[in-house]
Amino acid sequence: MALEQVVKPSDFATEVHNDWCPGCGDFGILRTIQMALAELRMEPHRVTIVSGIGCSAKTIHYVKTYGVHTLHGRALPYAAGVKLANPQLKVLCLSGDGDGLGIGGGHFVNAGRRNLDMLYVIHDNGVYGLTKGQASPTLKLGVQTKSLAHPNINDAVNPIWLALAAGATWVGRGYSYDIKHLVSLLKQGIEHKGYAFLDVLQPCPTYNDINTKEWYGGEDRKDANSGRPLPRVYKLEDEGFDPVVHEPLEIEKKATQALEKALEWGDRIPIGVFFKNEHVPTFEERILQRVPTYMDNPPALQSIAGPNGEPRTDLTRLVQRMTFKGE
Amino acid sequence: MAATQVNDLSWLIGGPQGSGVDSSANVFARACAAGGLHVFGKREFYSNIMGEHSYFALRAHTNLVRSHIDAVNLLATFEAETLFRHARAVTDDGAIVYDPSLGKTRLSDIPTIEKRLRAELQTYLISHGVGETLDDMLAASKQRGVALVPIPFKDLLEQIADEFQIDQLSKISRVVNMLAVGASFGILRFDFAMMRASLEDVFRAKAKVVSMNAAGAQKAYDLASSLVPEFRYRLERVPRKEPRLFLTGSQATALGKLYAGMRFQTYYPITPASDESEFLEENEILDLNGHGLVPEAETLKEKAASMLVVQTEDEIAAVTMATGAALTGARSATATSGPGFSLMMEGIGWASINEVPLVITLYQRAGPSTGMPTRHEQGDLRFALHAGHGESPRIVLASGDFEECVRDGFLSFNFAERYQMPVIHLVDKALANSYATIAPPDLSDLRIDRGLVANGNNGYSKDNPYKRFDLGNGPVSARALLGQEGTIFWNTGDEHDEMGHITEDPGLRNAMMEKRFAKLDLAAQEIPQDVKLKYFGPKDAGTVIVSWGSTKGALLDALDRLWAEGAKIGYLHVRLINPFPSTEVLAFLAKARRRIAVEMNFGAQLASVVREHTGVAMTHFILKYNGRPMSNTELYEALRSVVKGKAPKRTVLTRGA
Repeated sequence: MALEQVVKPSDFATEVHNDWCPGCGDFGILRTIQMALAELRMEPHRVTIVSGIGCSAKTIHYVKTYGVHTLHGRALPYAAGVKLANPQLKVLCLSGDGDGLGIGGGHFVNAGRRNLDMLYVIHDNGVYGLTKGQASPTLKLGVQTKSLAHPNINDAVNPIWLALAAGATWVGRGYSYDIKHLVSLLKQGIEHKGYAFLDVLQPCPTYNDINTKEWYGGEDRKDANSGRPLPRVYKLEDEGFDPVVHEPLEIEKKATQALEKALEWGDRIPIGVFFKNEHVPTFEERILQRVPTYMDNPPALQSIAGPNGEPRTDLTRLVQRMTFKGE
Repeated sequence: MAATQVNDLSWLIGGPQGSGVDSSANVFARACAAGGLHVFGKREFYSNIMGEHSYFALRAHTNLVRSHIDAVNLLATFEAETLFRHARAVTDDGAIVYDPSLGKTRLSDIPTIEKRLRAELQTYLISHGVGETLDDMLAASKQRGVALVPIPFKDLLEQIADEFQIDQLSKISRVVNMLAVGASFGILRFDFAMMRASLEDVFRAKAKVVSMNAAGAQKAYDLASSLVPEFRYRLERVPRKEPRLFLTGSQATALGKLYAGMRFQTYYPITPASDESEFLEENEILDLNGHGLVPEAETLKEKAASMLVVQTEDEIAAVTMATGAALTGARSATATSGPGFSLMMEGIGWASINEVPLVITLYQRAGPSTGMPTRHEQGDLRFALHAGHGESPRIVLASGDFEECVRDGFLSFNFAERYQMPVIHLVDKALANSYATIAPPDLSDLRIDRGLVANGNNGYSKDNPYKRFDLGNGPVSARALLGQEGTIFWNTGDEHDEMGHITEDPGLRNAMMEKRFAKLDLAAQEIPQDVKLKYFGPKDAGTVIVSWGSTKGALLDALDRLWAEGAKIGYLHVRLINPFPSTEVLAFLAKARRRIAVEMNFGAQLASVVREHTGVAMTHFILKYNGRPMSNTELYEALRSVVKGKAPKRTVLTRGA
């Protein structure tokens, strides 16, 4: 479904006024989504982006593809419905961290069990921005961002661990200010065969005054000699990390190293691909085992009525088993 | 002895859950149906896997049966609890099939009988001057003339074990169910060949199981018929030319939805809604007939139809996933019951504001909260009307019998697509779990109406873009599907502009609210009167019943008796609850001197809706909320009191075990 001609990121832009705060990490994610779709030469109408509620969820209005801005926490099941009914579509799903890991936590876990072929991106900034800065499920214990009355009394969930435990077959983490790297991750996630989860670290300049752009960039800890900041974020691939499960026996080893890496936080924060395993059948493949025509003739594309509305479904075989014939 | 009563029987079988009572009732009913009789079966069970009491009350008749009655003519069981619970319901001229080895069982030995019932039974036994064993209970029945039919189940099982060389009796313990059925047919003198045919039908592939059960049943049949040489009730074969359907309300609803072209359904396990989804899942590969579709005939054979049933992680996922699927153009639904429906509220509002054709089949059960999960109620009418915050249009349809289940299952999708809004199809536990024979409904009038759909070639361009919520062409805007070329749109749960983007503009807000609600007015104008409601009885009746849903069966059966007695009483059965057919309803009620609400709920919910829309108040209420459907017996009695001017304003029905 890729287009022949060159596609520009601006082909995926709408004219809708963008009302995010200046400096919001969401801008980086929006831009990289448009870049990734353009680089993959996607036809806009073949893509559906589904989002939940919150600042992150507004993204769909700024992208010129089919966009479905849904309910708080429910982006995943809406997206699953779209994908299952028409598996020929490319489906991207976007949530915030409160959206996807708090109110939508149950769906996060269950999406992993299915391994539907789609990418799920969490805009991860540690706060509930649109409701003015409450602590989200990824804010660490004891951290007090500026609108909190007290230091955070809850500990943080680890999205990478959770995704691995749930069964995501591609798990990555990006940083919204590293555009080039994030585009590459988005493309890999989109092209992964199965359920891909991408955690995107993203400053909230308005409400998260702890995990700021400067903090991620290491502005507070400059190299004594050069005077240059020592960024906290580093790339897994730069250190020779191989996330790929090359054969099924490696799963334990690869999952363990991913879990170990995902524990790093503070002075060193890894981004990149943590885990990739294409040895698990996708949900679509599992359906195909039962319904051989599923991919060619999925629910959305079936013709159900004749030219004058005649129902085409034939119940004869079904009803036979419930029928007592006359004598 | 009174005259023999042929083909008018009320039969009951009971036993602990998980012991095979379901299949014995199924075999009994199918044997009757094979013999040309009509049957209606009511299933009652606890929220429990194993051990609690369950029973089937089944009526067999020459003519169509639509409800159960209180009396039991023949009670069959192989265990004690059923006898303690139901022996009192057996008519004086009836019979009880039982296991004589259980005679010494005491009432207090049965932990599953509730305290209140135990006390009531103790009082009953004392008043009959007997002790509290099963033999005493039976003696009290015998005093009334009830025939006792002792069947030594264990001896018969041992004979079967010998014959079929089964080493352990426990391996064939379930055969006792068929012994009870066989004994029943022996007493009733019904053609045993029908039972054999029924066993073959039910146990299909398992030839040995069929022979074993048939052999056992035959022995019980012979023994019982010799023990009761004369019995007032008889079942005889009725020659019949026309075919009959034998199905449950869940299946009827599923058939209607499939015929409508539903291709996607979600569910989360819940009683009593899951049965429908499981039935659909078993039948996910569908046939197409392609009549009148010559050009496509070739591809049809290659691409057979199928539907996808998805079990979700919760009902929130069920409603939202079904909505996502509906956006792609697949006819899509979810089915649930009260607690699950409670979780769907926000999703229903989203579908309504985004004008998504979504069907929700709501199997009502006794609430609130967990309530009585396996018991019946029509308690969700108000809830279905108002579910969700804010004001969100939806269509609410309520089915009263199996044919309406089929038709409304079908029509729900037409209405959802034509008016681009959620449709809540109300059914209930009584319909879902009852089974009956009916004449196959004639569905030849049904046509699929997909409403106004935007195709990619409608001439949309950069200067004339597709607008999902176009305000320029009446309340219904052309609906595009995800994935179509040329019709990109956006959805949001926020108020939106014509493109589907967020807006808080006061003018647009008004326009969108008005657009959405104008679709309801359109529906009220367009939906035919015979879908909205149906009136039964004399036109000039001074007494008119207003009811909805599955009370229909018991009402029509009770009314047949009242009409035969000359009562001038009419019955207005309302099927379209929203938009409410105010003018039509008012026309039937305006002149009625007595107006009776008959509903399976505490608050007379439809009566209040009628009053809200027409200003007409009911003069009498016949209500029930103990979890058991209305019997036509109690309904007949209550209605007769009203007709005779002897009824209080509010009558609460209380029967049912």
